[in-house]
Amino acid sequence: MKKGYKTEQGDEVLVRTCGWSPPGDHPVGCGMILHVKDGKLVKVEGDPEHPISQGRLCPRCLALTEFENHPDRIRYPMKRAKADRGKDKWERISWDEALDILEEEVHKIWDNYGPESIFVSQGTGRQASLYAPPMANACFKTPNISFMMSGSSCYGPRTVVADFLLGAGYPELDYAQFFEQRYDDPEYEVPKYIILWGKSPLQSNPDGFYGHSLIDLMKRGSKFIVIDPRLTWLASRAEYHLQLRPGTDAAIGLAMLHVILGEDLYDHEFCENWVFGVDELAEHVKQFTPEWAEEITWVPADVIRGAARAFATNAPSSIMWGLAFDTQQNGAQAGQAMLAIASVCGYMDVPGGIILALPSSFMGRWRFETSQYVDPEVFAKRIDAKEDHPAYATGPMCHPDSILTALETEQPYPIKMTYFYGSNPLSPTCYAEPERWYNALMKCDFNAAHDVFMTPTIMALCDLVLPLAGFAAQDAVVLPHFGRNTHFLGAINQAIDPGECKSDIEIDMIVGKRLNPEAWPWETAEEFFDAQIHTQYDWDFSDLRDAGVFQQKQVYRKYEKGLLRPDGEPGFNTPTGMIEVQSSIYDDFGEYDLPFFMEPAMSPYSTPELAKEYPLVLTTGGRDFVSFHSEHRQIPSLRNCTPDPLLTINPKTAAALGINDGDWVLIENQFGKCCERARVSYEVAERVVHAAHGWWFPEQDGEFPNLFGVWKSNINRLIPMYKVGKLGYGAPYKGVLCKVTKVSDPDAAMQDPTAYVAGEDRGPNSFEDGSAEKSPYLYQNFHPGE
Amino acid sequence: MTQYAMIIDYKYCTGCHTCEVACRQEKQIESQEEWGIKFAEFGPMRQGDEWYWDYVPVPSNLCDLCVDRIEEGKKPACAHHCLAKCMEVVSVDEVPARLTDLGAGGVAVFMP
Repeated sequence: MKKGYKTEQGDEVLVRTCGWSPPGDHPVGCGMILHVKDGKLVKVEGDPEHPISQGRLCPRCLALTEFENHPDRIRYPMKRAKADRGKDKWERISWDEALDILEEEVHKIWDNYGPESIFVSQGTGRQASLYAPPMANACFKTPNISFMMSGSSCYGPRTVVADFLLGAGYPELDYAQFFEQRYDDPEYEVPKYIILWGKSPLQSNPDGFYGHSLIDLMKRGSKFIVIDPRLTWLASRAEYHLQLRPGTDAAIGLAMLHVILGEDLYDHEFCENWVFGVDELAEHVKQFTPEWAEEITWVPADVIRGAARAFATNAPSSIMWGLAFDTQQNGAQAGQAMLAIASVCGYMDVPGGIILALPSSFMGRWRFETSQYVDPEVFAKRIDAKEDHPAYATGPMCHPDSILTALETEQPYPIKMTYFYGSNPLSPTCYAEPERWYNALMKCDFNAAHDVFMTPTIMALCDLVLPLAGFAAQDAVVLPHFGRNTHFLGAINQAIDPGECKSDIEIDMIVGKRLNPEAWPWETAEEFFDAQIHTQYDWDFSDLRDAGVFQQKQVYRKYEKGLLRPDGEPGFNTPTGMIEVQSSIYDDFGEYDLPFFMEPAMSPYSTPELAKEYPLVLTTGGRDFVSFHSEHRQIPSLRNCTPDPLLTINPKTAAALGINDGDWVLIENQFGKCCERARVSYEVAERVVHAAHGWWFPEQDGEFPNLFGVWKSNINRLIPMYKVGKLGYGAPYKGVLCKVTKVSDPDAAMQDPTAYVAGEDRGPNSFEDGSAEKSPYLYQNFHPGE
Repeated sequence: MTQYAMIIDYKYCTGCHTCEVACRQEKQIESQEEWGIKFAEFGPMRQGDEWYWDYVPVPSNLCDLCVDRIEEGKKPACAHHCLAKCMEVVSVDEVPARLTDLGAGGVAVFMP
């Protein structure tokens, strides 16, 4: 790449930068040139020299001028009296006053209840993922910080399963991301097959993976096996599409293992040296034939067989596992099966296979090391479900479902303050049963947030809001996979004046200096990044600015070279030193050591009585090109591409229900209801519907109870809390039941949230009522006595 | 003056909206009612024994193939940003050779 990051061209200043957030995306770090004229962002152009994005940009960055120049941006701190929550009675204040208020409120809680009564609610993907934990630990000194989906159902479950079984960071498809020459590097091989499992990377660019690399690989000959309830565009071009019933991924995995191990299609040498428990697994999966799986998953047995054979007999091949592994109770087992498939085939850390990495490096480590600033006695009080889910409590965060219980019952102690760290959880991305959360959070003495727009969450709940800078107005770094498998570091370079807005790290620092200065010795973001870079390299942030990106070196077969274990020994960082397809530690957590299939808590087979009233299986959360979860709804060029929340329904099902494409429909079950517009498409099977998430309507009345229409199309009103797996992870965002009816009024689902009555049930058991003859695969059968 | 044509290898078009938004920015098309390029969607539908699902971007009367950019040695805004790298603008003389290179399976040529 060219040296330097800032040039002048005519009356414009051109600033090269890498993207992250806000506005949101995962840390993909796409390269772009920001055109600034008279201090204003006027144009964004993709940087052709960037090794990964190569000039390409998605619509969200191409519409960045609309974000930066939007009249509704929050541009200064604001306060509002607690009695006025829900009313548009915000008052502009200075940063000094804002910090005085925050400091005073935090001290009140520290003195009266203890730091543990402060809770930090983190969203997904944004820079917040790195900087929210330090805000909790090193500013507020509370251990109660979590990503806030029920069962922490995004990314965390997969990384924990990888940690436990693989002893490595996030296993990622090898798309030549570490090579300067990319696909042309002589060491690289193109994967013959790529399994896309519960993942649609073209839209989601998950965790830093560059989605359209899949098209690069398709052009170079990779074939696809897509395991997804939706016929995605990639599935329509796949050699095998396993269109499974949502939530039955583990059954697919077990049947594929049955074929691969039973037909002796696996890599014996790799298994003998590096995989623990293969014989036990082979014996275990003998019972799980593709015919068994067909009955459960609705996928024809010969399709499962064909896919398993093609994958196992074409080295090298690779697998990408997606959010679907996180958003189900049985996801840890599905993940175990997926890792076992990739491992027994010998595709781990080979060219064209799955790249492994040390689990944490760079700032991925710093963010959780800040927990040292929490008093050990306070840390011991962390609400992390240690009694019910001891595996979860070994992780870095508090448990979302248990936090809701604490908010509601004030047991084991009350939560008195919540800080929403650049997240909008009432809009249906994070919180399941959002009305329940709303009512619980209203009990807090004080709530604060920082963000870029006035969101339903802030309007409903907060007493103070701080202005967050967009990535074009800040200095920062972007690291794909948050440090868990990071192919490059990219410089985010400030191009425009942030005004009174500050970046996440700057807000951390300015708040930290008030509340706990010893943890925050740095004066500027640049000083902070210098210090972080120096933990690993001898160059500075300014060098990274000039370089644009720094591609990390990678070598294959790290397990042979002692590069995956802190002690430098060959092997994997697990108790056995091998990949554990049979876990040596799950027994300690009260979980089976081999993967098994468990029915969703609510399904045609676990709750057949409910299925009579709610006959359709509801899956949610498929991503769109023009939004990031609840973001971008107010950006004209993007909203114009997808103006409405869409429920995808099969043409036959729609016809039977008298629903036409474009009709508003009511989606409901025993937990709640919402309205979306019907999109009639063969993308889903006849018994399944898919509902868009993340919807609110910035153009509507923001005041309570409407709150920018946050309840209208809130699909998480149909998702229950507390249905998590034994390890404490996973919840049924992609697997409940519903019915769908045509409505004339798009506001048919509106309801005052204070009228919401929460269910009594706070357990992970299924909703089975004794009528389930067909399914022995219920939670209570696997974990009796809970 | 060189005549140009837009070739779209649409078998790889994923319907990502990048060309639409890139064009809107480049040509400063303020009205959300107007488009310089917009894709049409065909499918998904079952045809023969396989799924048919194609997106085909179609340039409108507002498209001038970004001749200014081409003359500066740059690609047109849509082709520059295309996530699937499936768009290009070439001189009309080069079209037959490019079509031969790209092969069948979904290629379109436009002269808006």
